[in-house]
Amino acid sequence: MQPVFLLTDIFVYAILLFVLWYMWRVRSDRNLRANWRLAMRRPVAMVSSMVLGFFLLVALADSVHYREALPVASGQSRTQFSSEALSVLDQVLLPLATARERSYSEPLSAVAFRKETFERDGASVRDYPRLRFGGHHLKDPATQLADDVSSKTWAALGLGFSFIVLTMLIGFALAKAKTGQTFGDLFLNFKTGRTEWPWRSMALTFSVMVLSITWVALLSQGYHVFGTDRTGNSVLVFALKSVRTALVIGGLTTLVVLPLALLLGVTAGYLRGWVDEAIQYLYTLLASIPDVLLIAASVLLLQVFIDKNQGVFETSLERADARLFFLCLILGITSFTGLCRLVRGETLKLRELEYIQSARAFGVSTPRVLWRHIVPNLMHLVLINTVMQFSSFVLAEAVLSYVGVGVDPKTASFGVMINTARAELAATPLVWWTLATAFGFMFLIVLSANLLADAVRDAFDPRTRLRSASPVASQTQEVSV
Amino acid sequence: MFRFLTRKLAYGLAILIGINLLTFVLFFKVNTPDDMARMQLGGKRVTPDAIEKWKAERGYDRPLFFNDKAQGTAQLTNTLFLDSSLRMFAFDFGRADSGRDIASEIVRRAGPSVALALPTFVVGLGISIVLALGLAFFRATYLDFWGTVLCVVFMSISSLFFIVMGQFLFSRVLQLMPVSGFAPGLDAWRFLVLPITVGILARLGGEVRFNRTLFMEEIGKDYVRTARSKGLSEARVLLVHVLRNALIPILSASVAVIPLLFMGSLITESFFAIPGLGSYLIEAIAGQDFAIVRAMVFIGSFLYIVGLILTDISYTLADPRIRLQ
Repeated sequence: MQPVFLLTDIFVYAILLFVLWYMWRVRSDRNLRANWRLAMRRPVAMVSSMVLGFFLLVALADSVHYREALPVASGQSRTQFSSEALSVLDQVLLPLATARERSYSEPLSAVAFRKETFERDGASVRDYPRLRFGGHHLKDPATQLADDVSSKTWAALGLGFSFIVLTMLIGFALAKAKTGQTFGDLFLNFKTGRTEWPWRSMALTFSVMVLSITWVALLSQGYHVFGTDRTGNSVLVFALKSVRTALVIGGLTTLVVLPLALLLGVTAGYLRGWVDEAIQYLYTLLASIPDVLLIAASVLLLQVFIDKNQGVFETSLERADARLFFLCLILGITSFTGLCRLVRGETLKLRELEYIQSARAFGVSTPRVLWRHIVPNLMHLVLINTVMQFSSFVLAEAVLSYVGVGVDPKTASFGVMINTARAELAATPLVWWTLATAFGFMFLIVLSANLLADAVRDAFDPRTRLRSASPVASQTQEVSV
Repeated sequence: MFRFLTRKLAYGLAILIGINLLTFVLFFKVNTPDDMARMQLGGKRVTPDAIEKWKAERGYDRPLFFNDKAQGTAQLTNTLFLDSSLRMFAFDFGRADSGRDIASEIVRRAGPSVALALPTFVVGLGISIVLALGLAFFRATYLDFWGTVLCVVFMSISSLFFIVMGQFLFSRVLQLMPVSGFAPGLDAWRFLVLPITVGILARLGGEVRFNRTLFMEEIGKDYVRTARSKGLSEARVLLVHVLRNALIPILSASVAVIPLLFMGSLITESFFAIPGLGSYLIEAIAGQDFAIVRAMVFIGSFLYIVGLILTDISYTLADPRIRLQ
């Protein structure tokens, strides 16, 4: 086995390290900790971060790539490696990915979607042919299918529930050991939601997630739970592979936007003068070109570059990955202007405050003033903007891929998925499952990101926090999402 | 006022020159005319002669920035960059690679673009203000709570969903209207209803929530308490006092967008095959016709700058405390 580090993989690890570092900082900083506690004590924030966490795990599993060693042929001294890089997720999904059908099949179906003429018992008949994988263990799908699905569902429910009950028991035991309350009190508090952290909502989300995952996993042993697409590939596999693309676009683009906007915004606002003019000129320039256009032009140029230099990338996966990376880069460059303007405005205000003036009077150097005294006071703006932009990048990817200037058509992404499934809506009978799966997954990711962003904004934005102190707004604070 | 305007105009001119340089470098330096010719003539088996001929027809055979062979000032003027850029500032865009006159094409396509973008913008703004006002009126009730939740849900739905579902519902299930296309004149409404609805729906969630925040901020202010203590009804406080003050930021923000409406909505137009400027641009990108792309970017930036200046002016009109400087 030979590890492969794709360009985006390295950045995924970098983002992971960055997040871990940030969490460590939050632990050691009292103010930050209090703010995060305020945000995460909301049930909505906790639930959505659990959902996001699951998708993050999927994306991480899809970011560990390696090449398998090929069986050693006689006469070869060195082991050869497969030309295709696999990820851990690929390995997990291998049985499903290799269980290809010939064409469309409905979710949880044992027969193909369209009638075909084929030989049966020596006679030529026109009927729905059996699938190669879906329900191949059934003798007579017409009568057995419903029973088989329901029995598997019950099995999944049983398995899931026993797992949930076990975890809850362990959780209660830990809570008892920590707080010293009786089981009865603990359960009462848990049931009525009078706990410090939203344990009840967390347990509920956990249960729903465990149940649905076991159900899908168990039924995937014998069926394509989300059906197959035109080429007979499992829709579930494609959707799970798309999760990484979506999160990489969201995360990596943020990683491009952050330093760019922060550096330029702070220097423009603090130094004023010609530096300010130049930076303002730069971002007005970029903002005045329609985003789609800049992205389309850059992607086209990149395509020309890739076509000219075929030898740079070893595998098609690396080529597609490079395109994904550049897309993030370009998306970041086109969208840093908003945050940059915001940071500049805030820096303008901060630099006139007394503590900055006195720092300067003490002779503290400019970079040090920026780093120690200005940037920490801008972090709430940056954080709020980051979490709010994340979901818009995920949505933008789908639209761009749909127009044809997004990710490589070979990369699994929701945009590519929707684009290929678009024509299916015109077909009779209707092929609905590809689109439904793509939109469903995307909706889940974006909704949880949006809800988390809301909670973070409410906790970190001084304006909303101030408002919650005034009597009129305290009512609204209670109910606002 | 006059000094303010001249300064802003000079700044706008600087931006336009920058845009021009940027697009030129992107499309002629990074992607050379040779590449363009090869792309247009098709495939890799194109003779060098054919490429030279193609370039000569369009004047692309001249040097990019500096002409060694010419004398005097012609060293700078007889180049691809300066010649095409100067023409552009006189709004002479020349011909597309396909041979059509770009300026007349733009004029022809502006109509459908505006017919789509203007109603989407105006109706969308109206609906979002009304809904946001409704949420603000019922603040701190379940209606407000679930309304805000619904806004977040709407924000989380991909605009592609509205497009795909709209096309599916309206043209296939209900058979009310064609999937895409356009008709000149008054018949156009049949093709426009769906894109306009989709355009409004896709932006509704975010706008309602944003406007609601504006209203809520306004409601917390002292003058609102004064109005209430005078004994005015809540509806009157909201509709007269709060609305008028909250409209200032909303409308000023809209002024920046209005000139850009002429550019059309890139995405919607190409999905619904409406022959406006947005789809013109997308087609030009797909066909690598950079003469069109440069012209369109130039016009887009021009309108953006007009929007910026109008915003500044509208702020002073709406709020006398702000002075132009």
